[in-house]
Order: sequence, then C-alpha cells, then structure tokens
Amino acid sequence: MTLLPLEVFYALIGAIFVGVAIRVALDPSHPRRRGSTAFWGLLGVITLGGKVLPASLVGYGLVILVVLAAARQVVPGREGSTSPEERARRAERLRNRLFGSALLVPGVAIVGALTLGRIQTGDFRLVDPKQAALIALGLGAVIATVAAWRMTGDRAVASVHEGGRLLQAIGWALILPQLLAALGGIFSAAGVDREVAGLVGSWLPVQYPFVASAAYCIGMALFTMCMGNAFAAFAAITGGAGLPFVVQMHHGNPAILGAVGMLSGYCGTLMTPMAANFNIVPAMLLELKDRNAVIKAQVPIGLAILTANVFIMYLTVYRF
Amino acid sequence: MIKLIGILVVAVGFGLRINTLVVVLAAGFATGWAAGLPLAQVVELFGRSFVENRYMTLPVVLMVPLIGLLERNGLQERAVALIKQARAATAGRVILLYALARQISVALGLNIGSSGGAHAGFVRPLVAPMAEAAAKTAGGGAGDLPEKTRELIRANAAAAENTGNFFGEDIFIAVGAILLMKGYFDGQKIEVNVMALALWGIPTAVIASLVLVWRTRALDRRIARGLAEANDRKTPGKLSEPRKENAP
Repeated sequence: MTLLPLEVFYALIGAIFVGVAIRVALDPSHPRRRGSTAFWGLLGVITLGGKVLPASLVGYGLVILVVLAAARQVVPGREGSTSPEERARRAERLRNRLFGSALLVPGVAIVGALTLGRIQTGDFRLVDPKQAALIALGLGAVIATVAAWRMTGDRAVASVHEGGRLLQAIGWALILPQLLAALGGIFSAAGVDREVAGLVGSWLPVQYPFVASAAYCIGMALFTMCMGNAFAAFAAITGGAGLPFVVQMHHGNPAILGAVGMLSGYCGTLMTPMAANFNIVPAMLLELKDRNAVIKAQVPIGLAILTANVFIMYLTVYRF
Repeated sequence: MIKLIGILVVAVGFGLRINTLVVVLAAGFATGWAAGLPLAQVVELFGRSFVENRYMTLPVVLMVPLIGLLERNGLQERAVALIKQARAATAGRVILLYALARQISVALGLNIGSSGGAHAGFVRPLVAPMAEAAAKTAGGGAGDLPEKTRELIRANAAAAENTGNFFGEDIFIAVGAILLMKGYFDGQKIEVNVMALALWGIPTAVIASLVLVWRTRALDRRIARGLAEANDRKTPGKLSEPRKENAP
C-alpha cells in the first residue's frame, strides 16, 4: 500500500484549475468570462477525476477544451499584480530570504528523490520508488509555498491569485503536452513508426557504414520532431534502422548506438513545436509575443549538436 | 504510406498557423481513420493518454502559485539588484553560467525541475530578469531594453535551460532515458551495460557545453547590436547622419 500516491498531487492541480475557474467567474472585467470559466473548470474536473472517469468521457471533454481554445475563448484576465514600487519596497524588506523560498523547492526535490522511495514498513510504503522524483518535486513546491506564506505575510488566496494569473498567461498551451503525448500514442497504435523505419531502410544506401550511422542519428532527430518525444522515437528508429543496419549489418556497438542516438533525438526535441512543455509553454510563461521564439533560439543549437553527433557516432560506434 | 497522413496534417497545420490544439486533434483523427480505428476508440485513446500523462503538467502548475507569490514580493527585483553588483556580468554570461551549472547538476543526478518545471522555477523568476538587468547595465544602464532585445534574451534563457537539461541528463545512470534504453535492449536480447550507456553520453555533453558558449557569446553580440540600433533611432543625425563628401 502506498501512503502518498501521485494522485494526491493530481487532485491538488485539479483543485488549482477549479480555483482559477472560480476567480475568472467572479471577475466582471474578464474579456471572455464564460468561455474561460468553462475551460479551466472542465480542465479541473478531468484532471481531478482522471482516474475514476471513463476514458471516453475525458476524451470528449478534451474535444470541448479544444473547441473553446479554437474559438478564442481562453484568454488572460485583466487583473494585475502589485505595482513595481510596491515590489521594490518588499524586495528591500525581504532581501535574500526570497531566494531561500525559491531554492527550497530543488532542495526538497533532490533530498526527497534520493530518500522517499526507500521509506517503508511491512506492506506500507511512503511512495512508489518510480514516482519518487515527481512526488519530491511536488512536496518541495507545497512546502516552499507554505514557507513563503509565513515569510511574506501574504494570505493563501494571494498565491492562488498570482498562480492563476500565470496559468492564464500560459493559457490553452498548458494542455498541449498531454494532447501531443496522446497523438504519439495514436501514431504507435496505428503503426506509423514501423512505416517510417521501413522507408529509411528502403531508400538509403545503408551498405556504407557512414550512411547507416548518419541515417540513424538524423532519423532519430527527425522522428523525434514528428512525435515531440525522443523516447517514442527510440524504439521505432532503433528497431527500424539502428539495430538492423548499424549493429547487425556493420557490427556497431549497441551501447554507443543507444547513447548517441538518444541524444540525437534530443536535438530534434529542441527544434519542434511538438515538444510543447519544453518549447511552447516556456515561451508563454516568459510572456513572449512569438510563440516559436524559443524554438528559433534552439535551431542553431540543435543542428550544431546533431552534426557533431553524426561524427561522434561514426568515429566510435564501429571501433569500440 | 496512408498512415503517415497524421504527420502531413501536423506539418500543414503548423505551416498555416492553425490553432495547435486543433491540428493535434485533427492529426489524431486522421491517423485513426487511415489505420481503420473507430472514431470512438480514438477519442478514448486521447482521454486515456491525457490522464496517463498528467505528470507532464504537474511541475509547472505546482510551481506557479509559489513563483507568483514570490514575484509579487519582489523576487525579480531582488535578483536584478544582486546582478547589478556584478560588474563583469553580461546577459550571455549569466545564461551560460546557469546552463552549465544546470547541466553539471543534472549529470550528477540532481534534477531541480523535471518536465520543464525549471522554466517556471528558475528561468522566469531568476535567470531571465538577471540576464535582462545585466544587458541593461552593460548597455549604459539608462532606459528600458528594446522589446526585440528583451524577447531575444528571454528566448535564449529558455533555450539554454533546455540544452543544459537534455545534454546533462543522460550521463546519470538512474535517469529515465538510460533505463528505457536498457529495457529496450534487454527486450531485444542484447546485452548492454548501463555504465557504458551513461559514459558514451559524455562526448555529446561536452559538445553541448561548447555550443552553449558559442550561442551565449553570439547573444551578447546581438544585444550590443540591438542596443546600438535603438540608440541610433533615438538620436537621429548623430550617428546615422549620411556622409556629405559626395553631396553637391
């Protein structure tokens, strides 16, 4: 039996979404009061009840969320925060204690990730070891928030207000990562990965070792760009191009194949809007006008590292 | 071939700048149709996957109430005040220092924010404001940064966070990616050592650090150019006055 399941934190974020919905509903100055209330409320319900609601009901709920977003019903409110002068005054009073609260999160997250999974007596365990890192991060955020209430003298409602303001700045992009993960799942269920791997093998002269290893690295990057996730690409491209051509045909080292191949996939992650939680959500969180600004900054990085990977792979995989 | 229709829908949809959520939903339905999956099953797959992947959204949502509260109490202002004392600071150096510290700590197994959580916890409240303040100080300190420059700095701060995170991660053996690879090779009956998987991530990690050095230097040069252009516009006739030698 697990005493602190991840589900507790899902309930908490579901409650935060419902809190945002209530605040929007009570805000007469909100430009899309009804639509935004519906979006955050429904998102709260399917996040909270995810485990008990039938999957098809959650699916239809998602369709409604997408329709609300497409109809431009999900926009930020006009509520402000403290004035710049007020902030400067408070910063002068609290000074470096502000960093203390911010650093409490990674502190608890790191200690928790290393210890939480090991705590158990008999049939009772505190957390599932596989989820220890996420739970520790969640605990860190909760503990630091409570500490911040005490330190600042602000009430809990202030953090719901400020958190809600930031969530509304992210807007509908918040659910994009989960929706894209679902698309990846549908691609797999439909066999898209096997199809792509077959194409690579039939079109390229993989009898040359350089072509085989380069095709694998670039294939990992391209397929990750399509799927938005290097993990999803790994099984497909390693099975379709890496193992048959690099390992079986040219006797390459599978450990090097995997390590450099996965990192080639990450180059793809840097260059695609499909990896929304790394590329799109941060752009919204930083209040950038151009939703793709982070990706544009990452394209030179991704291409440079991918090029290096092609050569690292070729120079090592057949040699060690 | 027809099964690849979903990828085509995504490419066309992104190209036409249609709402991304609509594009993703359409790509899912198109792929399901091409593979002969019933519509109801596709909706159910979307629902189940959404619930299974709630962990992706968890870090950001749990972080924003805290970060919002601290920002309301002057967290960004305090970060800016600190960076102003560091004379050698430039936007590029602030971002590089953060990214390298992030990469090294992740490589040692100390992950401060999985699934993009560090963007909410560090980049927005600390790294981006510090880099902006450093750029402002280096550029003479007077007035606000031009909007283009500010956006450029923020985007590069987020990019450096992702790069440091991704290319440090695979050096630590207990990380998901290494375990996933080990599991995959086990399934294929291929013997692979997790230490070897982690060690062979190091060459790419070193390259990634060098690329970060290059990109953050380029950022500083672009900021300097952006500030010079903005100054030109403010004082016309001073710097951008056309030469007069050839005038009649």
